[in-house]
Amino acid sequence: MRIGIVCPYSWDVPGGVQFHIRDLAEHLIRVGHEVSVLAPADDETPLPAYAISAGRAIPVPYNGSVARLNFGFLSAARVRRWLHEGDFDVIHIHEPTSPSLGLLACWAAQGPIVATFHTSNPRSRAMIAAYPILQAALEKISARIAVSEYARRTLVEHLGGDAVVIPNGVDVDFFARAEPKAEWCGGAPEAGKGGSTIGFIGRIDEPRKGLPVLMRALPQILAARPLTRLLVAGRGDEEEAVADLPAAMRSRVEFLGMVSDEDKARLLRSVDLYVAPNTGGESFGIILVEAMSAGAPVLASDLDAFAQVLDQGEAGELFRNEDADALASAALRLLADPQRRAALRDRGARHVRRFDWSTVGADILAVYETVTAGATSVATDERSTPRFWFGLGRE
Amino acid sequence: MTTLIWIAVVLLAIAGYLLWTAERLDRLHTRLDAARAALDAQLLRRASVAQELATSSLLDPAASIVLYQAAQAARQAEEEHREVAESELSQALRAVFSESAQVEAVQQAPGGEAAVGELVAAVRRVPMARRFHNDAVRAARALRRHRKVRWFRLAGHAPFPLAFEMDDEFPAALADRVA
Repeated sequence: MRIGIVCPYSWDVPGGVQFHIRDLAEHLIRVGHEVSVLAPADDETPLPAYAISAGRAIPVPYNGSVARLNFGFLSAARVRRWLHEGDFDVIHIHEPTSPSLGLLACWAAQGPIVATFHTSNPRSRAMIAAYPILQAALEKISARIAVSEYARRTLVEHLGGDAVVIPNGVDVDFFARAEPKAEWCGGAPEAGKGGSTIGFIGRIDEPRKGLPVLMRALPQILAARPLTRLLVAGRGDEEEAVADLPAAMRSRVEFLGMVSDEDKARLLRSVDLYVAPNTGGESFGIILVEAMSAGAPVLASDLDAFAQVLDQGEAGELFRNEDADALASAALRLLADPQRRAALRDRGARHVRRFDWSTVGADILAVYETVTAGATSVATDERSTPRFWFGLGRE
Repeated sequence: MTTLIWIAVVLLAIAGYLLWTAERLDRLHTRLDAARAALDAQLLRRASVAQELATSSLLDPAASIVLYQAAQAARQAEEEHREVAESELSQALRAVFSESAQVEAVQQAPGGEAAVGELVAAVRRVPMARRFHNDAVRAARALRRHRKVRWFRLAGHAPFPLAFEMDDEFPAALADRVA
């Protein structure tokens, strides 16, 4: 099958959606399909062979933060050319409601279109105002995918209609096979006997990732188990992150900076407990699946999306969102109970199979097959160009 | 004279807008037809796989008869009874595959592994195709209910789209198996 995938965010900036698209494209190529990914990227960014640049993304303030988006005449022309040259059987658009390539592709294409909705942002006023324009583009989508039951609910509330739920994929074996690193393990010599390690991965300076909550809980944890170490992987200001911690405790926090995929897997394999204290803005929680794949017992805030990934607390423990005391007591209980942790490891390892690319990829292909059965291939929609309306004929 | 030009411009704009809406509606009907055809195909595929399984002697005779009867009824149902017949097939599949022991017994028989795989793939795609179909129905209805479409009869003679409602709950014992 010839599959075109549209990535709305800059390829050069790492992010959940970009990684998902990269893994999906590589999985589809492995099982024998032709894949082309259209993504915003700087001209000097090295792109994998299957990706095509749609030009540089422009930073604009959008939805409370600065987003790097592609829009305007030139981007639209590149989208059309890509559609024209690709002659795809199906195109798969990610985040079709963000004012970037996704929406442009939706506008310019006709034929079998699949769309994945990743975020579950509350409806913005801009979206309400733009609804009639958006509707004309979104109604071309033949199949909608939501990444979680929670994302599906928000989607149905905001746009009506329905969607199938297909979770994000993880290469489970990559994490399961990673080698633990001695210095990150609980029993490491410098940690002393009985020291356990707690892991945290995420942007340090993004409060929604929840590091401040964990920092508030840390004094209680260290008071009861002074040899515990917290390993933090992610970029941001390290000084600022530990500013509120008593000076004597700061040495128990180790910052690893940005880590490679391999080191991330090794870190998750090494720690005694993985904590995800995110306070909101999560529609899926891929990191929890990665932690479970690596066999790390998970303690996460009880966000809707997290509760769902953790099977309502069956595959990992939940604590009340933003409640540092609850986090501390749950962490202490788990660190003192190796049997419970072993049970969580075991349960997690079985639970993550449904998030493995072999399962997720088969489901996504089933969606492609459902919408392409008997349909013609994707073409550019001439009705979306001014030329068509002024009778100037085809491009 | 200028008034006349203005009137002409406004009329042209209205005509253009109506034409654009008619095109949109046309596209929605095309999408709806494709979704309906896909749903039809998936339902038929599921019934065929179920019927094949029922006649394969992989199941005990009682289960075979229950499944055969439901699959047969689903395949031959008239349009207005189809939702009921397909729901009954879902119920029959759930009744037959309510326990993992049953699934394992079928899998262990020669050719059983492939049969279960086919069944899982077919059963999984029905809710998928149905959601896509009903989503297309919703989009078409939303536009067709609009005043401009009703007043100018832009929908022509196309029948008012109806959602396909049925019970497509997955058999519990098959839920964890990969298609």
